[in-house]
Amino acid sequence: MSTNATQSLDTRGMNCPLPILRTKKALSTMSAGETLAVTATDPGSLKDMQAFCKQTGHELISSSANQGEFEFLIRRT
Amino acid sequence: MGAADKLIPENLDKSRFDQWFDQRFESKMAEREAAHVPSLSIIATKGTMDWAYPPFILASTASALGWDVSVFFTFYGLELLKKDLHLEISPLGNPSMPMKMPFGPQWLKDINWNVPNAVMAGLPGFEKVATGLMKQTVKSKGVATIDELRHACIEADVKLFACQMTVDLFGYSQDEFIPEIEGWIGAASFLPTAQKSDVCLFV
Repeated sequence: MSTNATQSLDTRGMNCPLPILRTKKALSTMSAGETLAVTATDPGSLKDMQAFCKQTGHELISSSANQGEFEFLIRRT
Repeated sequence: MGAADKLIPENLDKSRFDQWFDQRFESKMAEREAAHVPSLSIIATKGTMDWAYPPFILASTASALGWDVSVFFTFYGLELLKKDLHLEISPLGNPSMPMKMPFGPQWLKDINWNVPNAVMAGLPGFEKVATGLMKQTVKSKGVATIDELRHACIEADVKLFACQMTVDLFGYSQDEFIPEIEGWIGAASFLPTAQKSDVCLFV
């Protein structure tokens, strides 16, 4: 997990749509330019997080999958 | 010659004007699209635990995407707005519902118990058991409870409307319902909202 993120969010074990809802909630408490690192186990989150960022305008800096765990780094805009 | 063409001065270079117009039109449309907040209207008509999921999942997700969301709860859908949620599922007459054990060894969990309708109907408490098993499955799979999703909707300013006619029809009183209800309205009030929304769903 990226260590230089402003905040991190653990959504492991949660299923659709909870990872997105929690991400949105976390981002709304942050200010523009700050970054959020999200961990998830929901396989749907890989596509959902892309769609979420595309729609809301937040920048998806990176996303990766590793043995059933997904990591996302998002910059709040 | 159309009526619009008559408005253009005769000495105007029409092809240049058309070019200017096309570009201007494109940029104005793009501006408008960028500023447009998408909206979703849902009509929720079912009051069982399984059917409570689609409207609340779609509404909470849409609000997370920044959309304006309104949900109209009518008929059995009103159950989803009660202060105390007592939602059950009924596998009876629903051949698509998998009947699986949420606990035990994997081989046991993989079995789909094909219980005939006649047996389901004849066994007292069958729906209570099925509801209990479904709740267990939801919990173990990390799926949100209806209460959680409803709370997420309220937090995200999803507008929840209750059908006044149903309240009268079933003899409910308004204080049985959560106080966050935006309005007690009828079809004539909700349809204009639905008409203006980008996405409208009947669940």
